[in-house]
Amino acid sequence: MSIISMRNVSKFFGEFQALKDVSLNVIAGERVVVCGPSGSGKSTLIRCINRLEAHEFGEIIVDGTALTDAPADLDKICGTVGMVFQQFNLFPHLTVMDNLCLGPRRVLGLSDAEARARAMSHLERVQIPDQANKFPRQLSGGQQQRVAIARSLCMEPRILLFDEPTSALDPEMITEVLDVMTELASTGITMIVVTHEMGFARRVADRMVFMDKGEIVEIGAPEDVFTAPKSRRFAAFIKQILNH
Amino acid sequence: MKRFLILTTALLLLSGCSSNWGWYVVDPTTKNGWINLKFMASGAYYTIIMSLTAILISVVVGLLVALPGLSKKRGWRMFNRTYVEIVRAVPILVLILWVYYGLPALSGITLNVFWAGVLALALSDSAFQAEIFRAGIQSIARGQYEAAQSISLNYRDTMRYVILPQAIRRILPALGNQLVYMMKMSSLVSIIGLQELTRKANELVVSEYRPLEIYTVLVLEYLVLILIVSAGVRWLERRLKASET
Repeated sequence: MSIISMRNVSKFFGEFQALKDVSLNVIAGERVVVCGPSGSGKSTLIRCINRLEAHEFGEIIVDGTALTDAPADLDKICGTVGMVFQQFNLFPHLTVMDNLCLGPRRVLGLSDAEARARAMSHLERVQIPDQANKFPRQLSGGQQQRVAIARSLCMEPRILLFDEPTSALDPEMITEVLDVMTELASTGITMIVVTHEMGFARRVADRMVFMDKGEIVEIGAPEDVFTAPKSRRFAAFIKQILNH
Repeated sequence: MKRFLILTTALLLLSGCSSNWGWYVVDPTTKNGWINLKFMASGAYYTIIMSLTAILISVVVGLLVALPGLSKKRGWRMFNRTYVEIVRAVPILVLILWVYYGLPALSGITLNVFWAGVLALALSDSAFQAEIFRAGIQSIARGQYEAAQSISLNYRDTMRYVILPQAIRRILPALGNQLVYMMKMSSLVSIIGLQELTRKANELVVSEYRPLEIYTVLVLEYLVLILIVSAGVRWLERRLKASET
């Protein structure tokens, strides 16, 4: 049973077509890694899934609800899809604890104590419970990204989207974030990860999606696509990434 | 600040030596001078209360006018533009006269001088506040809206808990400026007879015939008030900054 179903989705930014007739089904609990050169539409793809971008053509069904402009439909998937951004996008004026509690309190209607307990359990999960009362700017990039992951988890989403979560990090901090993501992957949450971390993809992904120029060029299990890429574009891309 | 005070005092002392000056009207060591000074200072009450009330109202109205200016819908943006352009174009003095003398004829609502002054100042300032808020809100990175949306916050909560707290920190110096501006512009309300600082000074000039000394004291009165406001705004800025580090 697909938890995300995209059929012939197209998305335009003015004249530029960011997604061309993209179709993709993701089953519950699946871990999909999306890669591709910059401008290939991979970020747009996942941003359409949580409606940060509205698609113009085709159909996207998330957890049984078709994404349209109708607020009632968006309400239905409210809290179903979480997202972790490249630039973390933590709320700089709030402490880590308040960053985590805001959604549960205001959207899920949790009491203060419940929200804090939930926040604390997720901070422990990402291994920074001692930073709860600090402000984002007092943390390292890796810590900030882990807070961002914890903030998403506090909404207890069924689907978690990652938009290049390690691209803005210093090399020594990438591992700590990938470790948290690997641990998450073992919990059965549906994950779609846009990343260039091929090691992570091999280790964690059930399926790899390679995109170029707004299209899905190649899709398959990592061991298959890495060892025997079908398209020349993907082969060239892997070569470039691995030689880097 | 210290140097400035020394300079002012020196200037006053020097000029006091000239026979053209008659500081006795505001000399606190004489009975009459003391009464005059107290009379002048008593105007501070209305200047302060009126400025603060007006700025509170104009901040609220300004925010309510700024939000439609950020809307995706053209109609809302038009409302914002029209309001800002029209209100901003009317001189404050004209607006004061219009609210006090014109509004009762138009609507049947008669306002006393205080509320007429508050309304005119607030209305006039709200157009500027709307522009300040719009700029402040627009300066917040798109990622903040997206993060709020990703945890399913609705528009109201996004504004209330995420965007405005950050925007207000950024526009605080500009809001401080507006408060200073408001205090100065409140002197114009003297024209309809509100007993604020300038009106009191005018009345004293009429009875004492010493405009130079009395208006100099008036200048100092505004100076002290505004320096206090500036210090207050700076303190608030520091406090908000400190709470983030």
